[in-house]
Amino acid sequence: MAKVSFRTDFCKGCGLCVEACPTKILILAKDKINKKGHHPVEMTDQEKCIGCAFCATMCPDCIITVER
Amino acid sequence: MVVFEKPKALADVPLHYCPGCTHGIIHRLVAEVIDELGIEGKTIGVAPVGCSVMAYDYFNCDMVEAAHGRAPAVATGLKRSDPENHIVFTYQGDGDLASLGMAETVHSAARNENITVIFVNNAIYGMTGGQMAPTSLPGQVTQTSPYGRDTNACGFPIKVCEMLSQLDGPEYLERVSVNNVKNIKAAKKAIKKAFENQINGKGFSLVEVVSTCPTNWGLTPVKALEWLEENMLPYYPLGVYKDRSAQKEGE
Repeated sequence: MAKVSFRTDFCKGCGLCVEACPTKILILAKDKINKKGHHPVEMTDQEKCIGCAFCATMCPDCIITVER
Repeated sequence: MVVFEKPKALADVPLHYCPGCTHGIIHRLVAEVIDELGIEGKTIGVAPVGCSVMAYDYFNCDMVEAAHGRAPAVATGLKRSDPENHIVFTYQGDGDLASLGMAETVHSAARNENITVIFVNNAIYGMTGGQMAPTSLPGQVTQTSPYGRDTNACGFPIKVCEMLSQLDGPEYLERVSVNNVKNIKAAKKAIKKAFENQINGKGFSLVEVVSTCPTNWGLTPVKALEWLEENMLPYYPLGVYKDRSAQKEGE
């Protein structure tokens, strides 16, 4: 199963990964604020992740690691 | 098995770029190529003036900071001082490469200097607050063209790849973009080829990356990518503009 981890404190909440995800399981967590003061990205359903790494490819801040 | 992680040639620090700025993606692609070619120890990068002025903090290879636009001149010196052991790349924006540094760009291309140039074209001066750049589109609203770029008063944007392709000098010119996953993969391939050309001693390789500036365009990062696709790509068509080695093989 694919495993995706985020370095949440580096996230700037730009949402490019949310847009790129083909299974639409990423959201910007509106109830959380990280060290930088942004709403960081969050995964809603790990089971549905196919490990395509599209999110990580689009991420300008390189906060995503994908394992398969 | 790890399928995606931060490349080793990229330093483990937060980037100062605005949210959604594609500079981060282009930095990562360059770092990935440095990792894959195993040249971190002998690579020297030349940072420009502009948003990416602090690129020297982000790459783990040696870096030099050049005066505004003079990166190709500094790179020429670095390369010629030890052509066997130095892999030299410059990382420049459109204000740096196409405005203040136009002379250095054109002449290093004409001389076919054996360097790699990464040219980030986002059609605006980002760091100074969104003024009109030589690459701003006709009708584009910027801080210094509030009614849109008037081509009667300000002329037309400079298409760097097309212009340099008229010279006999340069080895390899390609325009790529980073607006979606497919184009990012193509961009990485182009950057890798630009570095390989230098390793093989072929000469001047320039990769123009059509990029976004969400903050100064006044758009969200996602909308900025859409604006890029709708407005910039028709004016700046992607593709290979010159590849001398491929031409020779074809003859």
